[in-house]
Amino acid sequence: MSLLEVRDLVTEFQTRDGVVRAVNGVSFSLEKGEVLGLVGESGSGKSVTGFSILGLVDPPGRIAGGSVRFRGEELRGMPEEALRRLRGRRLAMVFQDPMMTLNPVLSIETQMVETVLAHEHVTRQAARRRSVEALGKVGIADPEARLAAYPHQFSGGMRQRVAIAIALLHGPDLIIADEPTTALDVTVQGQILHEMQTLVRETGAALVWITHDLAVIAGLADRVAVMYAGRIVEEGTVAEVLDAPLHPYTRGLLESVPANNATGRALRQIPGMTPSLLRLPPGCAFRERCSRASERCTTLPELAGRVRCHHPHARAA
Amino acid sequence: MLELRDVSKRFVKRLDVVERLARRLGARVDEHTVHAVDRVSLEVREGEVVGLVGESGCGKSTLGRVACGLHAPSGGEVLFKGRHIAVGAGIRLPMQMIFQDPYASLNPRMRVEDIVGEAAVFHGLVSKKDSPGYVAELLRRVGLDPSFVRRYPHQFSGGQRARIGIARALAVKPEFLVCDEAVAALDVSIQAQVLNLFMALRKDLGLTYLFISHDLGVVRHVSDRVVVMYLGRVVESGPAAELFEKPNHPYTQALLAEVPKLERRKRAYAPIRGEIPSPIAPPPGCHFHPRCPHAMPRCKTEAPALREIAPGRRSACHLNEGP
Repeated sequence: MSLLEVRDLVTEFQTRDGVVRAVNGVSFSLEKGEVLGLVGESGSGKSVTGFSILGLVDPPGRIAGGSVRFRGEELRGMPEEALRRLRGRRLAMVFQDPMMTLNPVLSIETQMVETVLAHEHVTRQAARRRSVEALGKVGIADPEARLAAYPHQFSGGMRQRVAIAIALLHGPDLIIADEPTTALDVTVQGQILHEMQTLVRETGAALVWITHDLAVIAGLADRVAVMYAGRIVEEGTVAEVLDAPLHPYTRGLLESVPANNATGRALRQIPGMTPSLLRLPPGCAFRERCSRASERCTTLPELAGRVRCHHPHARAA
Repeated sequence: MLELRDVSKRFVKRLDVVERLARRLGARVDEHTVHAVDRVSLEVREGEVVGLVGESGCGKSTLGRVACGLHAPSGGEVLFKGRHIAVGAGIRLPMQMIFQDPYASLNPRMRVEDIVGEAAVFHGLVSKKDSPGYVAELLRRVGLDPSFVRRYPHQFSGGQRARIGIARALAVKPEFLVCDEAVAALDVSIQAQVLNLFMALRKDLGLTYLFISHDLGVVRHVSDRVVVMYLGRVVESGPAAELFEKPNHPYTQALLAEVPKLERRKRAYAPIRGEIPSPIAPPPGCHFHPRCPHAMPRCKTEAPALREIAPGRRSACHLNEGP
């Protein structure tokens, strides 16, 4: 039994112009202690997938189908009260903007102690001790004193550390991190990735790291799933996907990274742009930008092995 | 083509009413001064692409704006083709700026034809009558369908908006473009398209660029020379290939070491300590010393000068001076 099993997940948003299927039949599983990188460009549905796992989709959005099993237990259709007991305790989320987690008018101490007490009957003192410990673990100097501070007294990188510390308070089995370092500077990003890596190794928590940055995934993840227009188009180990991509989209993405091109020469680019989810062409959503597309691509390819494509690149590439 | 001599830009946070009153009554309240750019000299030769890199708050955007004449420098001189740019708009017209946010930098209530065509008509580069043809030509040039001229910005994707911003800058026939994080908001596949467009324009129109970015991969790809800034000062500069190959300044070294790379798998991150200090109260001496693994007592008191360490390469570090 996997820690997390997502099967045929569908999440839709009702808009004035019609129904948008942001997540369109996504399946993957995750073992204990594993790090999965969920990669995609804007609008690919990677963040909505993360939110859907935790049941955090508000109207006009709704989870329209599929199953999410966590430690063998089905999360879809679970009463809100039961779900709330899981979230923050066994399941945690870290957002791109730490201010989505932090309340600007409460001190860090209040917010952390409340989080502990929400799930466990311990004394305030014990909760406070745990908070100090958690802050120390994410690399905040002098955590005892910093506990009294308010979010605005921290820099962006420090706030993200606090948000991560809160996510870690109960030692969750699964952490979903949605672009937590995208807004940060390179040196600070390096620090946060370092802390995350150490924490995952120490606690054995599984991690879903959602990002658009393939290079971050390369250094952090065990496996990668690449999303395009609401579907996973390729999945595999980091070495498989990054060294020998089979899907033309994955290959195009990797080729357009400046580091994979000769300096000063034109970058290899994917023509066109991401299609609107309102007017998805039938069949493979990538076919209009794809050089390998044929008549067959008007039918939707199944996920066969690692890749969802009628004309994948050869394995030995 | 462009020369900045000892340019500084200071922003002063003026006291509000309460603080002024408090001072009247004898309280010690001081105005905050931010040295966003601190005595920076920079030269961009004709036809060259100079990359300006640094992390947030290092002053790179402010420097770009000063170079373009959008901010008056608080000290020093900005010369474009040997003339002071402060003299008048006529001198600044050949310098155009391309902004980061393709959403905020286009007026949502103007049609594309007006966004792109307005400045050219105003400056008398084309007559009102010829404007539609001129705009259509510009849109083709940046890879947009000329039939889109009647549309508003919200009807375009992020990548297309970036192209509109470029077409608008090109409309006044500039020779020099300042790109301030011009591709930062774009997805990787779209970013490649826009970078290719910049390079094609450079070749076809003989443009010169000051390319400001925090993305070292992008800067390495497009630049001939690179300038690295930290807390308002230039810490290192040199030809792109050499600088990326053998960074001299400890900050540049740390910055390059932290860039995630595709070929580095399951690596152990070993980050540099600390965060960028506030530019309101930068550390004395070398601004980088609290985070520097090689800091010496001297670094805490004396700011190192930017010295030539090899032909065309400069670095501001005491380590280069020997014992």
